[in-house]
Parts: sequence; C-alpha cells; structure tokens
Amino acid sequence: MKRVGVFLCWCGSNISSAVDLDQVAEQTALLPHVVHVEQYKYLCSDPGQETVRKAIKEHALNRVVIAACSPRMHERTFRRAVGSVGLNPHLMEIANIREQCSWVHPDKVTSTPVAVDLVRTAVAKAVKDIPLEPSYVGIEKRALVVGGGIAGIQAALDIADSGYEVVLVEREPTIGGRMAQLDKTFPTLDCSSCILTPKMVEAGQDPRIRLLTYAEVESLSGYIGNFEARIRMKARSVDLDRCTGCGDCWNKCPYRSPGEFDLGLGKRKAIYLPFPQAVPNKPVLDRATCAYFQKDGKCQVCKKVCAPGAIDFEQQDEILEERFGAVVVATGFDLWDHGRYGEYGAGQHPDVISSLEFERLVSASGPTDGKIKRPSDGKLPERVVFIQCVGSRDEAKGVPYCSKVCCMYTAKHAILLKEKIPSSQSYVFYIDVRAAGKNYEEFYRRATVEYGAQYIRGRVSRIYPRGDSLVVVGEDTLLGQKVEVEADLVVLATAVVSRSDAPQVAQKLGFSYDQHGFFTEAHPKLAPVETNTAGIFLAGACQGPKDIPDTVAQAGAAAAKVVRLFAKDQLETEPTVARVDRARCAGCEWCRPICPYKAIEMEAVTERVGSGQVARRVAKVNPSLCHGCGACSVACRSGAMNLLGFSNEQVWAEVEALCL
Amino acid sequence: MSVAEREPKIVGFLCNWCSYAGADLAGTSRTSYPTSVRVIRVPCSGRVNPQFVLRAFQLGADGVLVAGCHPGDCHYSTGNYFTRRRFLLVKRFLDYLGIDQRRFRLRWISASEGPKFAETIREMTEELRQLGPRDAAAVEAHAE
Repeated sequence: MKRVGVFLCWCGSNISSAVDLDQVAEQTALLPHVVHVEQYKYLCSDPGQETVRKAIKEHALNRVVIAACSPRMHERTFRRAVGSVGLNPHLMEIANIREQCSWVHPDKVTSTPVAVDLVRTAVAKAVKDIPLEPSYVGIEKRALVVGGGIAGIQAALDIADSGYEVVLVEREPTIGGRMAQLDKTFPTLDCSSCILTPKMVEAGQDPRIRLLTYAEVESLSGYIGNFEARIRMKARSVDLDRCTGCGDCWNKCPYRSPGEFDLGLGKRKAIYLPFPQAVPNKPVLDRATCAYFQKDGKCQVCKKVCAPGAIDFEQQDEILEERFGAVVVATGFDLWDHGRYGEYGAGQHPDVISSLEFERLVSASGPTDGKIKRPSDGKLPERVVFIQCVGSRDEAKGVPYCSKVCCMYTAKHAILLKEKIPSSQSYVFYIDVRAAGKNYEEFYRRATVEYGAQYIRGRVSRIYPRGDSLVVVGEDTLLGQKVEVEADLVVLATAVVSRSDAPQVAQKLGFSYDQHGFFTEAHPKLAPVETNTAGIFLAGACQGPKDIPDTVAQAGAAAAKVVRLFAKDQLETEPTVARVDRARCAGCEWCRPICPYKAIEMEAVTERVGSGQVARRVAKVNPSLCHGCGACSVACRSGAMNLLGFSNEQVWAEVEALCL
Repeated sequence: MSVAEREPKIVGFLCNWCSYAGADLAGTSRTSYPTSVRVIRVPCSGRVNPQFVLRAFQLGADGVLVAGCHPGDCHYSTGNYFTRRRFLLVKRFLDYLGIDQRRFRLRWISASEGPKFAETIREMTEELRQLGPRDAAAVEAHAE
C-alpha cells in the first residue's frame, strides 16, 4: 500500500506569493495514494525537516513528495531528512515549484495550475519509486601521477605529504618538465631552476614517492578507487641501483648529437644527463645515437669506464602492473611549430627562434652558458624583434585561443635581454598586451618604461634576410603605417598547444579532450580539476595554457581532491545506476558500445527451459563504473535495461500524469 | 476557454546537468516565459526514450521538447550525440504518424543559458498556437 505525503513549501513568500498553495493542497489531496498534505513556511529549515519526519511517523508515510525549490538545490537535504527516520532516501521526489514555477510565472491564476501539474507528476513518480541502496567499493590508497613537470611534482608532494604513497611516472629521463628549461620566471624574475630544483630533489627523496622516469603509462583500466595501470619502463641501459651518477660515462662517450633539452641548440653525448640538476641524477643511454647499438657493437667506452658496472646494454623494456585509487594527469604542453608560417621563414632561418629556444640561450646552464649568442654565427644580437601571437589567436593557420603566458614572458625576455646586453634594443610586435595577474601589468610596464622595450601594435607580414641581419616587415596599426625593423635575432612567441599525442593519452586513460587536444575538465567553473571520469584529476597545462602559479595552484587542488578521496575507507556509489532484467535480456550487446564508462560486461547464465538447461549470455552492469546516464536503457531493444531512479516506469508515469 | 485561446501543452525533457539547470537559471533570474511547459527531469538527454515522446503525443501533448547539453559538453561525454542521431529518426517517424515535425524540438541549452530556455519556450508556444490544437477531437474530449 503506497502512502504518499506531500509537503508544500512557501519558501518564505517566494512560492506562496505567486502560487495559491491552498488550492494546490486541495487538488493534491484528491490524488490516489496521497494520504497527507501539509504546508510549511520553510521546509528546508530544521523545524521544516522535523515536520516532514514527524508526519512520516504519524501517518506511516512510505513515499514523500516535497514541492519546493529545485532538486538541484535541496535534494540531498530532503533525502537525508527522510532517511533519518528510517525511510529509504530514494522514496522521495521533489516538485520544482519555485525555479520552474513561482519565479517564472508570477501570476497566481496561471501559475497555480502549473504547480498542481508538477506536484501531480512528482506524486506519480514517487508512487513508482523503489528503495535504492548505494554500493560500496574499497579504495586503493595510492596515487598515480602522470607527468613530472612542476604540476606533477607539486601534486605528488602534496599527496605524499598527506601520508599517501605516490608513483610519479615521467616519460623523459628526468623530472622537471618545461619549467626546468626556463631561465627566469615572471613577474619576480626568480630563477626558475632555483625554485624548481629543490622541489625535484624533495620529490626524489620522499620515501612515499616512487619516481619512474623514462617510463610511460601503457594503459589504465578500472574505476575510481580501483584503477589498474600498466607502466612501461623503457630500457635505460643504465642500472639505476648501481649507478652513482659520477659522470665518467658521459664525459668519456665519444659521440655527440643535438640535445633535446636544449632544443637542439647544444650537444649531448649518446649517454647523457639531460641537465646538471636532473632527478634522478643518473644518465640515460640513447640507443638511437649510440655507436654500440647503431654501428659495430664495439665502442663500449661507457661500460669500460663505469666503475660500479652500471651500464647494461642488454636491458629490456619492463612492464609494471600497479594498482591505484586515483590518478593525476599532468602531461604538460608543446609549442606550436612556427615552421608553418612561411612569411616568418618557415623555420629555415637559424636566427628566427622560438621563445623557448631564447630561454635556453639566456639560461646560465644553457648551451651558451647564459650568453645570448645568436644561433647562426654566435654574435651577440643588438636589435631583437619579439613577435607575439605566433599561432595563437590565428584561426587561419594556428589556434583560435590565447596562449596566456606569451605577453608576460616576452616582457621578461625584453628585460633579460637589456640586462645581458645593455646596448641592445628590443621591439615587440603585439596584437594587444594581456597582463591580467598579480603584479603582471606592473611588470609589463617595467619592460617598456625602465628597459625601453619598444612595443609596436601590429602584425608582422614578412621576415627576410639582408646581409647577416633580418628585415622584419610589419604594420604599426596605431600609426597606420608600414614598419621595417632590421634585426639580428627574431624571437617568436609560439602558441602553447597540447602534446601531439594528447588525444591518445586521453583515450588510453579514459577521459575526454577538446578540439585542441587539451583535456576537458568536468565543469569549467565548479569542477576545474576533475575529469568526467571519477578519480582522474587534471593539473597544469595539459588542461589548457597556464602560467606557473596557476599550474601549482591547480596541482594543489588536484592533490586535495585525491586526498579527499583517500580520507575515506569506502566509496559510496550513487545508487541511480542501470540494472538489467536478465529474463528479458537477449544478449545482443547493443548496450555495451553506447556506455561511455565501459560499465557493461557480459555474463553467462544457465536457465531451465523445459526439462533441459540453456546457457546464454546476458548483460551485467558494474554499479561502481556506471554513472547513471541511462543511454543503455534507451539503446536496449528488449527493454531489459533500466535506470534506477529514472526508470522507464517512472518517466512513463510522469508523462501520463502530465498529459492526462 | 475556447480552443483558439487554449494554452498549448508542452512536455519538456531536460537533462539534469545543462538544460534543467538552464531552466532553473531562468527562474533565479526571474525570466518569465509562457506557462505551457511542464518539465520532466532526466539525467541525460540520451535517457529520453523515443517512446516517452510518442506517449506524450499519444496522450494529447501539443509539443515535446528534448533539451540537453551542447555537443561536446555532455556530462556523460557522448550521451547527446546519441540523442541527436536518435531524434533525427524520430522526427521522420512523427511525419509518418501524421504529427507535424514542428511540434517536436531538440535543443542544446547549457546551464548558463536561462534566457535561451525561456526563448525556446516562447518560440515553441507561439508556433504551437499557430499550428492550433493537434487533434481538435482529442482536445474537446479532454476538455470534457
């Protein structure tokens, strides 16, 4: 026997002033199954909730309808209130007569019938409610952090500091990421290494953090609290346990090739340390440039000089399988290839460089020991042109968005240039200067006022060589005239773009990415570090262009989300999940590909048919993986798949109640 | 109320994450719209079984609105893509049933598009008024 109690909230006068609640009560009382109707001024208040609890007991109610504000507002509140007196929390429905009635239909004459309809519909749904129980899953309290740049390092440190184990996987031989390549940071001109390397060392030494460098995540399966990752440890040819990082091997190695860390501006050996402060401070042997592997198998100099015997030419890739409760993805960014701009020399002129290359030239630990020598002839440039928005904000050839950091680092470059070469002059071609951020505008002003950077508003149409210098042709749109600047070096602020393999990474790990390859947050405002896959969080520029403070803040936020998850012993999953009626399921598997969470598996069942037994396959929903979207319930041709809480019967009843 | 003045009845299936929130936003910003629509909350527009829509028409609804997140913004990643394909087919089926396609609308309304929700209801109500009652006999029967 269904006994429905209906509670009408005045919401002060928010509802009662626009809806004739007496009339609603009168009409509601006539509905089948409704045994009690009551009004209250503020149902969400403590005494209001008490009214509901008391009525449930007094009138032996087994279904409750609250006609009040949006369920998005107080569904939880009233579920809890109902649950506190022993009624299943899911035997409660809300009729939204505030946001979708009194606030949009202020005239009582027309709004009251709407409210009556909405309450009737909620009653019809409530009658079809069934008790729902959440399921619980355990939590593996270990975090996987993918990417060892500043975002990944910060997230790993914060999680470890809260007492949980972390595995930090980095694809390169060292952690540090992009920030390690930078010279100084805006707007304080802190040396990037000086603030980054202590964190790298901390991450390397923390007993709760396991660094897996030169490693990549191959695949990730499972769900929040219970992920399983396969991690490929690439063959480093160096036994990290034996290696002491003494440096004999890379000092003696006879083969040099362009170094990745210096973007090809400097050379490294075949066995090398990417940069002196690398963590772990141990080399990697690059088989593609090593004579032992590429030529005759003879050289072996590194092996001969290695006293601890750490060189291992036979080392193979190794696969680790590890379990994790949560994942932080912090895979960083790439820079747009300016070779696509033919008018800027198509990447062919050595003295047209990217901003990151400029960082390496300015850096004291860079290939030129911090002397800004231009790549073509090593001359110190006197006239340097910086061009903003190369690829950014260019829908035709590049990307439509703003890369966010270029205005500020170009101001920084202009300052650093003047400090290193006092007689130099910098010119900055810009569209507009975006200096939103604490002390950013002031910093940009310093570049122009104190350091004399000359800002020219306009785009560059062409760069061509003249003698040993470059001619930059552009337009000054403020003066409305053509400008020609002769320069020794041109620095392009190339767009921040997603990693070229970002879509594959997102697909491997199981979350979504946008049209530019940046990973998509669950909600742009209210869930900026979550992905739409529970238990996977984002940090840093893999989610969109960001500067260092924003990246560190986001990494801390992602870590807080992980820790918040690990603070629980069990995870309660929403009970509004899909459920299969095995008897109806035909085993067609149409539900499986439509499920975005891979929550549907097939299971074998045996049934008695006549005197014999028949084995067949039917769908089975994993309630921990199911998010309750209901897509499968519509795809199901035999109607075997249903969504609890929004069941076929419930929606059907709602439609009928509305239309009758 | 004569048939001509009668407010059309629209059944609106709104996804919880975008369109229902958008409708709520119309409320919080006090954007008034016709009283024609009655909302049924579903988790995702991909949850809307075409049978629900057909049932609404069968029971005399003048119009049906299905609204979800914009393509690419689905809370469940892909639900609205299925919705889009599914209801292209349903519209053709409505033709077959003799129900004017204009009585059915599929709209992408985000949580921040309260005005768009209100505008959608206004437009739809106006169009349904012009189309008149779906089946005068059914409406008469209902009035009795």
